[in-house]
Amino acid sequence: MKIFLPIAIVVAALAAVPLFVHSNVVLNFLVVTLLIALAGQGWNILGGYGGQYSFGQAAFFGTGAYVTAIIQVHYGVNAWIGFAAGIAAGAAVGAFIGALAFRAALRSSYFALVTLAFAEVLRILASVAPITGAGVGLLVKLDLRAQAFQFQSRAVFYLVVLALLAVSLVIAQLLERSRFGVWLIAVRENEDAAMALGVDAFAVKLAAMVLSAAITAAAGCFYVQYFLFIDSGIAYGTWISIEALLTPIIGGVGTVFGALVGALVVKSLGEGVKLLTGDVPGLDLMIYGAVLVLVIGFAPRGLVGAFTDARAHLARRFKTSAPVGEVARG
Amino acid sequence: MMHPCDLPLRVADVLSPIILVTAVINGLMTGAVYALVALGLTLIYGVLHIINFAHGALLSAALFAAFFAYQKLGLDPYLAIVLIAPGFFALGYALQRFVIGPASHGDDRNMLLVTLGLAVLIENALLYAFHADTRTVDLAYGFKSLDLGFTFIAVPRVISFAAVFIVALVLWLVMALTDTGKAIRAVAKEKLGAELAGIDVAHIYAMTFGIGTACVAIAACLLIPTYYANPRAGNAFVLVAFTIVVLGGMGSVPGALIGGLVIGVVESLAGFYFGESLGQVGIFLIFIVVLLVRPRGLFGASA
Repeated sequence: MKIFLPIAIVVAALAAVPLFVHSNVVLNFLVVTLLIALAGQGWNILGGYGGQYSFGQAAFFGTGAYVTAIIQVHYGVNAWIGFAAGIAAGAAVGAFIGALAFRAALRSSYFALVTLAFAEVLRILASVAPITGAGVGLLVKLDLRAQAFQFQSRAVFYLVVLALLAVSLVIAQLLERSRFGVWLIAVRENEDAAMALGVDAFAVKLAAMVLSAAITAAAGCFYVQYFLFIDSGIAYGTWISIEALLTPIIGGVGTVFGALVGALVVKSLGEGVKLLTGDVPGLDLMIYGAVLVLVIGFAPRGLVGAFTDARAHLARRFKTSAPVGEVARG
Repeated sequence: MMHPCDLPLRVADVLSPIILVTAVINGLMTGAVYALVALGLTLIYGVLHIINFAHGALLSAALFAAFFAYQKLGLDPYLAIVLIAPGFFALGYALQRFVIGPASHGDDRNMLLVTLGLAVLIENALLYAFHADTRTVDLAYGFKSLDLGFTFIAVPRVISFAAVFIVALVLWLVMALTDTGKAIRAVAKEKLGAELAGIDVAHIYAMTFGIGTACVAIAACLLIPTYYANPRAGNAFVLVAFTIVVLGGMGSVPGALIGGLVIGVVESLAGFYFGESLGQVGIFLIFIVVLLVRPRGLFGASA
């Protein structure tokens, strides 16, 4: 169980935050940050470990969000069931897109484009279909009870999203130690070589895509319960596709904590800029774009990667044993 | 607002050849500009093997350049091409040479991400500098139209239609006759071989990116008389341009031209029969089907 120790420490530290912080503004910031980290962790499973860069995580986020909302608003079903259904629906969309894209052996630019196109098609359909509230969007009825998956206090919402994130961290850690994870990394490093060694690349990528979609969909489901509103621009907009990919890449692609570190850094930067300059439209996103380019240019393995490199470098410098078991990543 | 599909269309109207021909002509006019945007995209793909996600943001930036050239300097958009196209060529060259190339360490996936980062950066820099307002130019000939006897077409659209073919011809001549053109084709075919033959690949990559960006700048000057400048104005075109590039075959110049015209007509007809939003879905469905069934496109070489 030693491998889960870092996760336990990080989650415990984050769980302690509401004991000291009571400001709704700060808690709201943390909820949104962890929500983005969760969506980013979904991207990280497929993109980071599997090397398949999706530019349309919005397809899963939005499906999770809409299914959670529609099931409550139109059918009066309990929010928790809606939540589970949202995740299942997001996973199903992932399976559908993945089966088509990987069956056609789409890679790199082509995979990026086809995921982007599916997210756009869903956005346009959601902006005209009556069941999604078309251009108006859907409002979930306010009902601040735990059985309706709504809570009086932001701290509880925060702990819920933290729990979801903790599950996704454990999934990533298990992935790193499992046979499936090794296959997935092998496919990322060299798909043809992996196939020559008997790895079923199609099945491995498809399974990773379903898992990835389910995690990002969970973020969408949570979004609806927290904000109680969804429309096509939020659900299937490019903003979430970009943030879901930005956070793990900045934090550390294909690492357990990459998405969380990336989300904390990116969101803090964004809020910091807003505090300094007032709410000027565009400035925070401008900085996200610049940070993305800089990180890829100077720390292609993200902040976590740069940190492990620095630690290994220092360890060598002082002639102590370098950390063993670091998997080299290209 | 009513969708055209909500209007009580009579069968006779729908099948009326005049309406049909008008829709087709309008589609061809729009399609020519799509083709020019797609031309830049396909050229970059053909040589660098990446989709340039910054293409749309660069188009938005060029629309602003054309707008300000008219407003501040009083330059007619068509004259402004001689200023804006070289400017954007230099910008594209510098972006590839000093940002995208060095930052991506020769990895395709990194290159995609760097262009995406630049797209986010440029789009939001425009939003920050000029806000979300939509800006248009008022030209004396902006609303002039040609009378074809059975229908009218706007003069600026006719000019842009003709200009696109001139640009394509010039581009073809550059590719066929100049040393740079030959080097670009050599790098597109066999990068390592070209490098061994003494071609500076980093320079050729940057030249290609510059030419692709100049195509977008010319498209912006052709568009601004009938279109508008806005930080997100370019995005709509580029999503369509992705479709065209995939349809025509990534890297294929004739494919981009024909694909542009085809998509222009499809959009015009689909918009006419099913309403604008669903017309767009039609384009994306074509896109997805071509990607899945024939990813090398209709004119592309093997994928």
